[in-house]
Amino acid sequence: MSLPRNIKEQFPLLSQVVNGHQIVYLDSAASSQKPAAVIEAMNDYYRTINANVHRGAYEIAAQATEAMESSRERIAKFIGANSANEVVFTKNATESFNLVARSWGGQNLSHGDAVLITDMEHHANIVPWQILSAELGFEIRWIPLTPDGQLDLTSLDQLLDGVKMVSLTAMSNVLGTLNPVREIADRAHEIGALVTVDASQYVPHFPTDVEDLGADLMCFTGHKMCGPTGIGVLWGHEELLDSMPPFLGGGEMIVDVRKDGFTANEIPHKFEAGTPPIAEIIGLGAAVEFLESLGMADIRQHEIQLTKYAMNALNNRYGDELTIHGPRDPDQRGGVLSIEYRDVHPHDLSQVLDQRGICIRAGHHCAKPLMKLLGVGATSRASMYLYNDESDIDALVDALEPAGEMFAL
Amino acid sequence: MPGLDDLYKEIILDHYRNPRNQGELDSPPAHRTEGFNPLCGDEVTVTFEISDNSLSEVRIAGHGCSISQASASMMSAAVKGKSIDEVREVTRRFKAMMSIHEEEIGSEASEQTSDEVFELGDLEALKGVVKFPVRIKCATLSWNALLTGLGELEG
Repeated sequence: MSLPRNIKEQFPLLSQVVNGHQIVYLDSAASSQKPAAVIEAMNDYYRTINANVHRGAYEIAAQATEAMESSRERIAKFIGANSANEVVFTKNATESFNLVARSWGGQNLSHGDAVLITDMEHHANIVPWQILSAELGFEIRWIPLTPDGQLDLTSLDQLLDGVKMVSLTAMSNVLGTLNPVREIADRAHEIGALVTVDASQYVPHFPTDVEDLGADLMCFTGHKMCGPTGIGVLWGHEELLDSMPPFLGGGEMIVDVRKDGFTANEIPHKFEAGTPPIAEIIGLGAAVEFLESLGMADIRQHEIQLTKYAMNALNNRYGDELTIHGPRDPDQRGGVLSIEYRDVHPHDLSQVLDQRGICIRAGHHCAKPLMKLLGVGATSRASMYLYNDESDIDALVDALEPAGEMFAL
Repeated sequence: MPGLDDLYKEIILDHYRNPRNQGELDSPPAHRTEGFNPLCGDEVTVTFEISDNSLSEVRIAGHGCSISQASASMMSAAVKGKSIDEVREVTRRFKAMMSIHEEEIGSEASEQTSDEVFELGDLEALKGVVKFPVRIKCATLSWNALLTGLGELEG
C-alpha cells in the first residue's frame, strides 16, 4: 500500500501561492499542515455543540463532553495505551515535560539523585529539569553522541548509576536520529529508574505503542501530527499518574474544595485544571482518525522512500559542497534533514528559498547544546511529512545552487 | 512584494565577503561586549578601545548570516575614530531606520528620513532589511551589543 497520490488536495494550505510560487512546505518538524477534516471538525464543534464540558446537564454540553472524551479514547488506542485514563491533555509537549518535572520530579528528586538526558534533546526536555535542579539540587547527566549523531551508549552503566529518571527523545528533531528507546528503557528499569519519552517527532510518523517503547511516561504535541496548536498529550501508566501530585490547580482538577484544603480529582482530570481546549482536543481526535485512515506503517514507508530520494538527490547534485547531519541510512532515521551547503548561512539560504515559495527552518531548532556539539550556530533543516512528494524535494535541490552563487565567499 | 534585491545590496554582500575590522582586541585593556540572537543562534563579540573620549579601535568577531555580519562590519567602519557622542548619534539613527513602521514600508521616505539616511552613508544599504521584519534583529545585533558595552562603561 502507498499513500494516495492526490493527498495534497486534502490540505487547503498546500494549494496556496507564496511569492508567486505554489508553496513547498518542508518544515513539518516545526509544525505540520492540517487536513480539511481537522479544520472542519473544529468548526463543527463551534457551530453545533460549543459548550463547556463535564458540567452542563443540557444536550449540547453532553455532546461536547462526549466528543472530547471520544477523542481521548481514540488517541489512547492510537498510541497503544491501556485506557483513556492514561491520556492527559496539556497545552503542548513542553507543558507535558513541565508537568512531569514539577509533579513527579518535585515528589521524587532530591540532592544526590540524578536525571539522565541526552546531548540531542530539545530545550523542552532540558530546561524544566534545569529549573527543578536549581531548586532541589539533583544532578543532570547527558548521554553523549557518536560522530554520526547516534547515542553513544558505551558508558551507559556508569551514567545510570544513581539515576531515578531517564528522559530522552525517540527521534532527534535536528539529526533525524532514531534512538534505541526500548534498549535504554530496559536498562533503566533494571536499576529501578523511570523513563520519559519525548515522542513529539515520533508519534506523527511511526506506528507507536507505548508498551513496546518501554516508556513510563510519554510527551507529544498535536500540531506536528496534523492536529491544531494548543493541544499536547502526556501519557503515563495509571498507577504512576495516580501516585503523582497535581500540577496546576483550579477548576476541573478537584472533587472537593474546602477552606482547609481540596481533594484532587481522578486521573486524567487531576492534571487538567480549568476549561480544556475543547475544539483542539476534538481537532486532534480528527487528526488521529485521518492518520489512521492512511495507516501509520504506510506513512513511515512513504517517508523512508522520500528521505532516500532526497539524500540521493542532494548528494548526487552537490557532493562535497553539502553535508547532511546525522545517520546516513534512510531506514535508520526520520525525514528530517539538517544540511550545510557551502558557506551559505541558514538564514540566507531560507531567505532565498522563500522567494521560490519553499519553507524550511533556519536556526538552532531549540537544541542549542546539540548545535554547540555540531560546531554551528544554526542549521538549515528540511523536514518531510505524508503530504510531501518528489516535486517538493526537486524544488529544494534546484534552489540551493543559486543561493550558493549569491553567497559564495 | 519585496524581492531579494531589496535585501542583499551589493555593498552588503561586499562587507559580508570582506568584513572590516575583524577579530578581537585584548581585553583588558579593551572593552568586550557580546550579542546573541536567541531566535537563530547568531553571536557577535565587539571589542573596542576608548581614548580621548573617542572610540579609537573596534573589532568584530562571531558568526552569523550575511545581514548580521555585514551590519557589524559596516558598524565598525562607521564608528571607528568617532567621539562617543557621535557613536551614540549614528547608532540612534541606524536603529531609527531599522524601526520604520510597517505601514511606511514601500512609501516614499520623508524629507527628514532622507536627511538621516544620507548621513548614514553606506549604512543606507541596510534600509531594505525593514521590508523583511524577521531579519531586523540580524541587522541590529552588533549595534545593540555596542550600546550595551558603552552603557557598561558609563555604568
